[in-house]
Amino acid sequence: MSLLDIRNLSLSITGTLILQDVSLTLEAGEVVAVTGESGSGKSMTALAVMQLLPSGAEATGRITLDGHDLLMLDEATLCTLRGDLVGMVFQEPMTALNPVQTIGAQVSETVRLHRPDLDSLKRARDVLDRVGLQAIPLTRYPHELSGGQRQRVVIAIAIACGPKLLIADEPTTALDVTTQAQILDLLKQLAAEDGMGLLMITHDLAVVAEIADRITVMRGGKVVEAGDTPALLAAPKHPYTQALLAASNHRVDLPDSNKDTPLLQVKNVVRDYTLPRTRLFAPAGTHRAVDHVSFDIRRGERVGLVGESGCGKSTLTRAILGLEPVQGGSITLDGTPVTDSSVRRKMQVVFQDPYGSFNPRHLVARLISEPFHLLDTPPKDRDARIAAALNDVGLSPEDAQKYPHQFSGGQRQRLAIARALIIRPELVIFDEAVSALDVSVRAQILDLIADLCRQYDLTYLFISHDLSVVRTITDRVMVMQRGRIVEQGETEAVFGAAQHPYTRQLIDAAPTLPEAIT
Amino acid sequence: MLRYTFKRLLSLIVSLAIASLVIFAVIEVAPGDPASFMLGINAAEDTLAALRAELGLDQPKWQRYLAWVGGMMQGDFGTSYQYRTPVSEMIADRLWVSLPLALYALTLSTLIAFPAGIYAASRRGKAGDVSVMGATQIGVAIPNFWFAMILVLIFAINLRWFSAGGFTGWDEGVWAAMKSLTLPAIALALPQAAILARVMRSALLDVLDEDFMRTARAKGLSRAQALRRHGLRNAMIPVLTILGLQFSFLLAGGIIIEQVFYLPGLGRLIFQSISARDLIVVESVTMLLVFAVITVNFLVDLAYAAVDPRLRART
Repeated sequence: MSLLDIRNLSLSITGTLILQDVSLTLEAGEVVAVTGESGSGKSMTALAVMQLLPSGAEATGRITLDGHDLLMLDEATLCTLRGDLVGMVFQEPMTALNPVQTIGAQVSETVRLHRPDLDSLKRARDVLDRVGLQAIPLTRYPHELSGGQRQRVVIAIAIACGPKLLIADEPTTALDVTTQAQILDLLKQLAAEDGMGLLMITHDLAVVAEIADRITVMRGGKVVEAGDTPALLAAPKHPYTQALLAASNHRVDLPDSNKDTPLLQVKNVVRDYTLPRTRLFAPAGTHRAVDHVSFDIRRGERVGLVGESGCGKSTLTRAILGLEPVQGGSITLDGTPVTDSSVRRKMQVVFQDPYGSFNPRHLVARLISEPFHLLDTPPKDRDARIAAALNDVGLSPEDAQKYPHQFSGGQRQRLAIARALIIRPELVIFDEAVSALDVSVRAQILDLIADLCRQYDLTYLFISHDLSVVRTITDRVMVMQRGRIVEQGETEAVFGAAQHPYTRQLIDAAPTLPEAIT
Repeated sequence: MLRYTFKRLLSLIVSLAIASLVIFAVIEVAPGDPASFMLGINAAEDTLAALRAELGLDQPKWQRYLAWVGGMMQGDFGTSYQYRTPVSEMIADRLWVSLPLALYALTLSTLIAFPAGIYAASRRGKAGDVSVMGATQIGVAIPNFWFAMILVLIFAINLRWFSAGGFTGWDEGVWAAMKSLTLPAIALALPQAAILARVMRSALLDVLDEDFMRTARAKGLSRAQALRRHGLRNAMIPVLTILGLQFSFLLAGGIIIEQVFYLPGLGRLIFQSISARDLIVVESVTMLLVFAVITVNFLVDLAYAAVDPRLRART
């Protein structure tokens, strides 16, 4: 009998059907990935196994874990199984730990709860050593650790009692690529060493390809396709799986452009942040976020900027937008310093969060025409230009009379692009503009950007942590590490034969789908 | 932690210095001459001058300020214009009523509010939550003096369990003294408990939605265990803030309850002194209350840091 056997699981939350006839099995020592886009029900499947569903949830069907019929058990029995027979790792390591307790207390709590006869602190130490935190004392608090270290603590909590099943819900989504690679290795190794089953929930097919023995693809609460990883990735049967794979590997067709005249010039830029004083009268220390960075962007050029969190790419972006004072060097657009207010109308930005960057109480017409106030005289044909802008991004002119909540995430990102382009800026900055989107929507937005390049000869700086996206959407790429640009060059050249060890490290760490299917 | 404590202490001293200046300045511009008030409107000009000299009112303002502050630091609060007794003795007598009353009320309020808030939070949206929140709504709405009168009516007049007012004094024994403070303490505590319970509930509900509560449940903790072990301490910051504010209020703001129960507390002292233009008493009691408020805030700051390690690290 399988370790985990989910049969015909259906789930509704206050009447809304979330899961429909979901079935999957997982053997001891096996890694099974459940993948799909947002709203596919993959996380709810995981929570159903934990029996930690939101209130108002009603599940039918059967979930058998190691002989226990989970849907039939009472809460008290479930409490004895959670943490002991099954452990769970969550997406957000920054908030998954209690901020006011030491990591030792949090790891040992699981042990005390299920194995009162053991020395819980000794066990906590052993488990933390196992997940690679040998150098971290038990007395540390979560805020003293990095994101990757915190995720290791969460894993330690989950495996402290040696569970037979480990559920990991997007365990690496919030982490940098190099950290992601380490955490995936750790999970794989733990599963293999302990003969533990690993149920991995992720939206990232490349991660799935790296780690899973078998894959279950979900969409809209149903299982679309399931099978062994190599076979399924090589020859997906269901059209949705095929579309998903195609979207994950989407390559856009960037038009050639004429790149002769320089537009943005960044020369020797330095940005220091003042640190809190450590002594009353000694001068406060500084942290150099951007360290003597220089580069040019020519008109018509599409430039990528990649780097891990904390490398200074956001600070540099804000400095380019003129929102951040610099301590050295200069940034000019067409020869004018970017801090000059006349430059504002020449630059526009598209942010990551399609939900947070719009005022929910304004109509779309008002939202996307906001940049007009940067012009000296507002255009006479305002409505016509709003309609044209909406057309450009694949929406209809009637959408101008709607509110942002009436659009999906991808449509909102289209609105954000319409807002950025409505005054025909000379430089557009895409700041992680497709990072929050599902792969199929991401592919559409990337196509849209390529289309707009064809139409308007866009010049842009595309900031992202996702190397595969930067590879397809840019002509030239810059790699940033600890405030410096360590490598820059033609995108294909850099990805094909990286010179700097850090660039190679980034490329190696990024999970990729097998070449055969791309 | 040491650095944090030191910084808080520094801000405490600066606040006290500023407060003393403000209090002195306000009393200076307040209308009414203590000397003429003491001697009546028909007093001769030279007697008035003599009395002013005796009280030190003819000296320059900055000298009087320094003398006042210097005296207070040595426990000398001056002599009451009205009663001709040392202010420090008057305050000490009253403090022995007001301080125990405030602590008594605060203890009662905490003992009621914590369980009520935790209970309501753990049954969010259910009948238990709705009824507890309904009760606190009433508790917040009822004025405490009216509530005090109802208490007197029931427990003093009908049941005769407590006396209707007055204070026996601590010489009669702790039990008797506490007994005479019980009804006032309840009258003060209930509205405070209602506010505190609501704060406790909403703070806990915020914490319940946090990711780490889900981690706690995934460990195998029951809902109630997770709430107790991981929720409570994280919900303490807003609760401590309110608790600090309430103590200050209970110490100084019990004046109406002191009137209802005829208790010789600080609130009545300050009220009587203002009516009699006994400015030296007003100044000193006000300063004492400010001192109490600032000290309580300092203690609350230390409690924050004890509860949340991130605050210890930040400074």
